[in-house]
Amino acid sequence: MYPDDRRYTREHEWAKREDGRVRIGVTAFAAERLSDVVFIELPKVGTEVRAAEPFGVVESVKAASDLYAPVSGRVVDVNQALIDNPELINQDPYGAAWMIVIEPTAGADWDQLLDADAYARLVGSEAE
Amino acid sequence: MEGEPTLRRTPLYDAHRAAGGRMVAFAGWLLPVQYTGITEEHQAVRTHAGLFDVSHMGEIRIDGPQALSAVQRLITNDAARLTVGSGLYSPMCLPSGGIVDDLTVFRVDEQVYLLVVNAATCAKDLAWIREHAGTAAVRDVSEEVALLALQGPRAEAVLADASGHRFDRLLAFHMAFDVPLAGVRTTVSRTGYTGEDGFEIACAWEEALRVWAALLEAGRPHGVVPAGLGARDTLRLEAGFMLYGQDIDETTSPLEARLGWTVKFDKGDFIGREALVRQRAEGPKRRLVGFDVADRTIPRHGCAIWSGARRIGEVTSGTFAPTLRRPIGMGYVSVETAAAGTRIEIDVRGKRAQAQVVRLPFYQRARSGAAR
Repeated sequence: MYPDDRRYTREHEWAKREDGRVRIGVTAFAAERLSDVVFIELPKVGTEVRAAEPFGVVESVKAASDLYAPVSGRVVDVNQALIDNPELINQDPYGAAWMIVIEPTAGADWDQLLDADAYARLVGSEAE
Repeated sequence: MEGEPTLRRTPLYDAHRAAGGRMVAFAGWLLPVQYTGITEEHQAVRTHAGLFDVSHMGEIRIDGPQALSAVQRLITNDAARLTVGSGLYSPMCLPSGGIVDDLTVFRVDEQVYLLVVNAATCAKDLAWIREHAGTAAVRDVSEEVALLALQGPRAEAVLADASGHRFDRLLAFHMAFDVPLAGVRTTVSRTGYTGEDGFEIACAWEEALRVWAALLEAGRPHGVVPAGLGARDTLRLEAGFMLYGQDIDETTSPLEARLGWTVKFDKGDFIGREALVRQRAEGPKRRLVGFDVADRTIPRHGCAIWSGARRIGEVTSGTFAPTLRRPIGMGYVSVETAAAGTRIEIDVRGKRAQAQVVRLPFYQRARSGAAR
């Protein structure tokens, strides 16, 4: 149900390793909960982000929600297409709606993140 | 969290769940914040019509020979001009001029007035009203009366189809009694809080589901959808209407909140009159204004408002406006910075967003025919 080629946070971000870098987005569950996303604020290339701290904001009509970095590192790419078309978040959360790519700091805590099964259980319990 | 015993359910709770409503706690009630999406429901109300469950709202009946004088003492607007079957909007004030609640009062019979009040303040209102109603009888009928709001340009046609009655001559803030809907006797008023033409339909609590279903059924060819609290909030904000507890409360006065038109100083004494007379003479020190934000930053409740180095107020309501496709907000600012066109700044998450005071409402429907 959740792609097993990546890891997850308890705050519903996904993190996918690609040649030593980490691509970050939010899960379909988060996208569905957020609905009516109208604005996404992402950091600039070069920004340092820290694991479990906010790196950006998703604004829906109703409220603003923080985005939390799965691991620490430096932002090396930002998805401008998503900033221009926030609705991508509902259409393709695991693909076109990626948010940032980071160069993780040495020893970044990858093992703290949930695998797909553990994340599915978390979502299952939240959806009750 | 869902299932907490303290949260109350309207008679339409199961229907909301079945229709995909996302249920949230609001003023002690479990209500749908949305069904398919706030933007979609909002647009349906602007272009066709939406049906809202507002059964959580409180209804308080005041009756007897002293009913009118009790109502007149309690509210700032003038209930003496109400004929049977008409109503008006009014704040209800403290002696300080602060607002206890904002409400709609209808004269439903010669000596009977019905106050429709906010759910969050209903218990407080009831105590306040009892304390000041003199010998008039006061009764809370909130849990006997279910209330639906059918709002939007197609609302009149839907209601006509569903009831077999015509509403083209029903004026704004007027009521029609004994309107049959799915075999249920309802009372219909041409009122609402969305900035569109529309109706509020009251019926017995246990018959609400039949009325709800009949209106959705009759509404289907007209494009009517069920609409939730989220759309209700964006609609009222675009229309420049206040939300009690957010834009107005016991620390704000009707004169500060641009509700001066509801304060009838000439009608005789009422609670808060003395303080409001003084405030009018001195001029309020702050005023509720609407503002547009220059970029796509969305102002939210609680954000500070700045004019250069001076903090001049706070945002009370803010959202991305679905009809206008831009962020809008309201908040109190000092009077020197309250004129339309004044440039202000809003602190959103530590960053200053450029904004400009604008005239309210943000949105006004094209007027035609009889309604508001």
